Amino acid sequence: MENFKTNLDADGVLHIAFNVPGKTMNTITGGVMKEMGELVAEIKGNDAIKGAVLYSGKDNGFCAGADLGEIGGGSMDADKKLSEDEKLKKSFEQGFSLNRSLRALETCGKPVACALEGLALGGGLEIALACHYRVAADNPKIQFGLPEAKVGLLPGAGGTQRLPRLIGVMNAMPHLLQGTSMNPQEALKKGVVGAVVPAGETVAAAKAWVLANPNAVAPWDVKGYRVKDGPYSPGGGMTFVGGNAMLSKTTYGNYPAQKAIMSAVFEGVQVPIDAALRIETRYFLKNMASPSAKAMVRSLFLSTQALAKGANRPQGFDKYEIKKVSVLGAGMMGAGIAYVQAMAGIETVLIDQSQEAAEKGKDYSKKLLDKAVSRGKMTQEKADAVLALITPTTDYAHVKKSDLVIEAVFENREIKAEVTQKAEAMLGPNAVFGSNTSTLPITSLATASKRPKNFIGVHFFSPVDKMGLVEIIMGKKTTQETLAKAVDYVLKIKKTPIVVNDSRGFYTSRCFGTYVQEGQEMLAEGIKPAIIENVGRMTGMPVPPLSMADEVALDLAYKVGQQTKKDLGNKWVATPSQLIIEEMVEGLGRFGRKNKKGFYDYKEDGTKAIWPGLTSVVPTKIHEADPAMVKEYKNRLLYRQALETARCFEEGVITDPRDADIGSILGWGFAPYTGGTVSFMDGIGIANFVAEAERLAKKYGPRFKPNKLLKDMAKNGETFYGRFGGEAAKKAA
Amino acid sequence: MAEAFIYDAVRTPRGKGRNTGSLHEVTALSLATQALQAIRDRNNLDTSKVDDVVLGCVSPVGEQGSDIARIAVLNADYAETTAGVQINRFCASGLEACNMAAAKVISGEADMAIGGGVESMSRVPMGSDGGAWASDPSIAIKSYFAPQGIGADTIATKYGFSRDDVDAYAVESQKRAATAWKEGRFAKSIVPVKDQMGAIILAHDEHMRPDTTMQSLASLDASFIAQGTMMPGFDAIIQQRYPELETINHVHHAGNSSGIVDGASAVLIGNKKMAKATGMKPRAKIIAMASIGSEPSIMLTGPEFVACKALAKAGMKPEDIDLYELNEAFASVVLRFMQALNIPHDKINVCGGAIAMGHPLGATGGMILGTVLDELERTGKETALITLCVGAGMGTATIIQRV
Repeated sequence: MENFKTNLDADGVLHIAFNVPGKTMNTITGGVMKEMGELVAEIKGNDAIKGAVLYSGKDNGFCAGADLGEIGGGSMDADKKLSEDEKLKKSFEQGFSLNRSLRALETCGKPVACALEGLALGGGLEIALACHYRVAADNPKIQFGLPEAKVGLLPGAGGTQRLPRLIGVMNAMPHLLQGTSMNPQEALKKGVVGAVVPAGETVAAAKAWVLANPNAVAPWDVKGYRVKDGPYSPGGGMTFVGGNAMLSKTTYGNYPAQKAIMSAVFEGVQVPIDAALRIETRYFLKNMASPSAKAMVRSLFLSTQALAKGANRPQGFDKYEIKKVSVLGAGMMGAGIAYVQAMAGIETVLIDQSQEAAEKGKDYSKKLLDKAVSRGKMTQEKADAVLALITPTTDYAHVKKSDLVIEAVFENREIKAEVTQKAEAMLGPNAVFGSNTSTLPITSLATASKRPKNFIGVHFFSPVDKMGLVEIIMGKKTTQETLAKAVDYVLKIKKTPIVVNDSRGFYTSRCFGTYVQEGQEMLAEGIKPAIIENVGRMTGMPVPPLSMADEVALDLAYKVGQQTKKDLGNKWVATPSQLIIEEMVEGLGRFGRKNKKGFYDYKEDGTKAIWPGLTSVVPTKIHEADPAMVKEYKNRLLYRQALETARCFEEGVITDPRDADIGSILGWGFAPYTGGTVSFMDGIGIANFVAEAERLAKKYGPRFKPNKLLKDMAKNGETFYGRFGGEAAKKAA
Repeated sequence: MAEAFIYDAVRTPRGKGRNTGSLHEVTALSLATQALQAIRDRNNLDTSKVDDVVLGCVSPVGEQGSDIARIAVLNADYAETTAGVQINRFCASGLEACNMAAAKVISGEADMAIGGGVESMSRVPMGSDGGAWASDPSIAIKSYFAPQGIGADTIATKYGFSRDDVDAYAVESQKRAATAWKEGRFAKSIVPVKDQMGAIILAHDEHMRPDTTMQSLASLDASFIAQGTMMPGFDAIIQQRYPELETINHVHHAGNSSGIVDGASAVLIGNKKMAKATGMKPRAKIIAMASIGSEPSIMLTGPEFVACKALAKAGMKPEDIDLYELNEAFASVVLRFMQALNIPHDKINVCGGAIAMGHPLGATGGMILGTVLDELERTGKETALITLCVGAGMGTATIIQRV
């Protein structure tokens, strides 16, 4: 066996070192699954073997779970000779193989213990759960968990069945549904592991247990075993009633994996384990067949990892060492940027017009660091050291020797031009100038620069310390070298970069803007505001559209609108939603949350309610919405964003589907269950998407018209990943 | 086709549905048995002529399990040939049992049958029988399951009934029930429950609070705020089905919702030829029956739709009905029904209802059918429509006419 190295010791205990060749971390590959069967046959068939101890042959953990690259690339059997039913049965046979091997291990008649010196996640933990006993090293950094749900999958190697049986349904649900992990002490308390011993001693402890328990069987194989809190047991009922409700409340029924997990547990705990494992595999495969599961694995796991490793950095440039960065403007964005830089060990100059404003910007970091210290997440020394990296000042002389400047002043061309020139005067020839503008085209801002080749957009999201995305925008003259440096900077501050080309609103603000606008178009049609907001939540967007408009500030939308009006001149056409904004801001002085009056009224106690007077601005015509209408409204909100993404592709604003998907999820929270704006379209199928967009365009207006790119792709049967993805993506698509 | 006539109706008084209630020490079997014996004895009924006994029972487990109707038939010493069947249409089970008994008569399967029901909520708590709807994720999530109280509060919110509106309705229910008892309007149908020795253990509805006022109700906290807004947060689920609601106004509490009680009912239904054979006189004719499904998450709006369905079958309009009886599951259910069909308050639930006297789930339908029949006779009126809202989004209705 390649993946399992075995050694039978003098006491008849088989030592099994799990070590997948060619991988830094053990993952469950096709080879591992195959050999698991051989391994079990050996344990069972060899009379010299009294029991077995399974442990990792690598020092970085036991196993990180399934090889998602393999899963993401796999597809249902396409053999056309098979009937639908035969295809399903064949796919079950394949999908059930690991469960079958692990069940055989569990019933091999000899004690098997798992020694966990390091992490066991997903399939890794599931293998451990199929052993009769687990012993873990006493190290609080070790994580045990079933994170499959986070990327749209089910724990499919017995996890949905063995964990509830081992620790109870109620205790198991957060681990299954949210992928909450636990450390060894927590695992001991819950009963997931039988003992915690000093690091390095797990194998010995596991062996001792094997020798002491020659007749070990799983608790659920003992006659008379029943799941203690199954759905119809005393006290168990509320776990499911409440669990379904919580799931529905938090996911709006959008995440098929979570629903499948709930069902697998509900149905599985009512039957014996063998039937339960079959049920789990059926739900696993049914879920895998949904576009959501594949898209989530691709975006939330594979693409996120790739981008976080710099997949979109141009090659051929040395790594740019970033030691010092100046941030111009100490407002909310500048202050947040200063904090993440200091956390990454970057010497940071924080400049504002007054010393007071600059200090206030630094105080933001102090607040965050104090909180971390008070919660025991950081030592005072470390916090002091981080804070000491930030120099608040009004003096541009401090910009000298900066490797990079991030400009984060008001969205006003004149002010931006002025600070650009002041800072550039202090910069060395290779330093990069980055603008954190969220709306103004980079190429036009770069005209204020003497070195437009070094000028680039570095668009952060608010709050900077929480939002993981940075949108890098190429100006017309920006060089690939400057891009490489900007990517290096973003990776250094531990954010995920996406790269886009210049356009009004770039990629993220432009597409996200359509969501907020569509909410206002719906308002203008007379749809009851509560419907718009509730439907917004049901799309899986983090904040409903009218709330979002209030958060961004209506007067800001107004100002952007006025600027656009000015820029576009007679090409500008007022939309109903713009007229509403004009009335709200000009006529009524309702600016949004900032002045406690927007589409909502903001009360002293922190609660808010839709402003009753809104019906006098826009009379309500549609007072209720049944599920068919909800579906239509959801589509409107999601299609607008996807159509704008397609336009960005056609215009060359964005070129890599991974950037588009990850940018949409991390940047503005686009319905993560879809895998992002591009996966949303690919998942529906471009031809279907185009047909629906055309229907919406007829009904609601030309903003829904699919562009030429989409129509071409529909005609050619293409997908975005197939047409624009890298080689691997094309293959998988 | 034969016609179905109501020959008689009896009900037990309703005992408080907890372990201090007067009927807690009486088995469900005994309650059903006493109702069956009463309707036999006061009519000198030859039970060999009763083809079937259909009893509603909503939690048919434990002592209420295993077809309590047949067991009660045996225990009441009916003829061995009288069959028995227990049915469950949740809160309308008692009325559905009468409709099924009538349908058997109309179809010719039976010449005489008994409908009614039994529920000892103090002995077999609500929900004891489990069920898939709330628990099985495959249906709970897609049908936006929320408990009835949330549905009732949603009706109040959607159709604009304030806390004062529902409380005022509850006060009136108590007042009407007290008056009805004082004037002896229930005397004709009430059969006191006897204990193991044969002594009367309960002769009146003991759940009533006739001194209820707006002020006394105002002191009660709404019951469904926690499960609606916090754990697990059903408001957010019902808002997925009713996105037009920005918030849910929680207005219901123990004082304006039906009481949890114990009791049993029995209604004797037969064809015309039984009148000749037994010498009994039919009191009313069943002229229409219907059941319907309605939107399940709000759950309790079925009466409007099933009433319209039954009226259409009878070729009648809402104003052709002299008296309405709609089970007072929650105040908002009745208020919405009155609003939807434009029914004046003095035509509906004129003797009070379940808010005052309680709702013994499986038995209620048979009880309120008898109540409104008595009231038609007392006031010389002709027609009545009886209906109940039903779990999982249903409604059942019956229209009767005096003969």
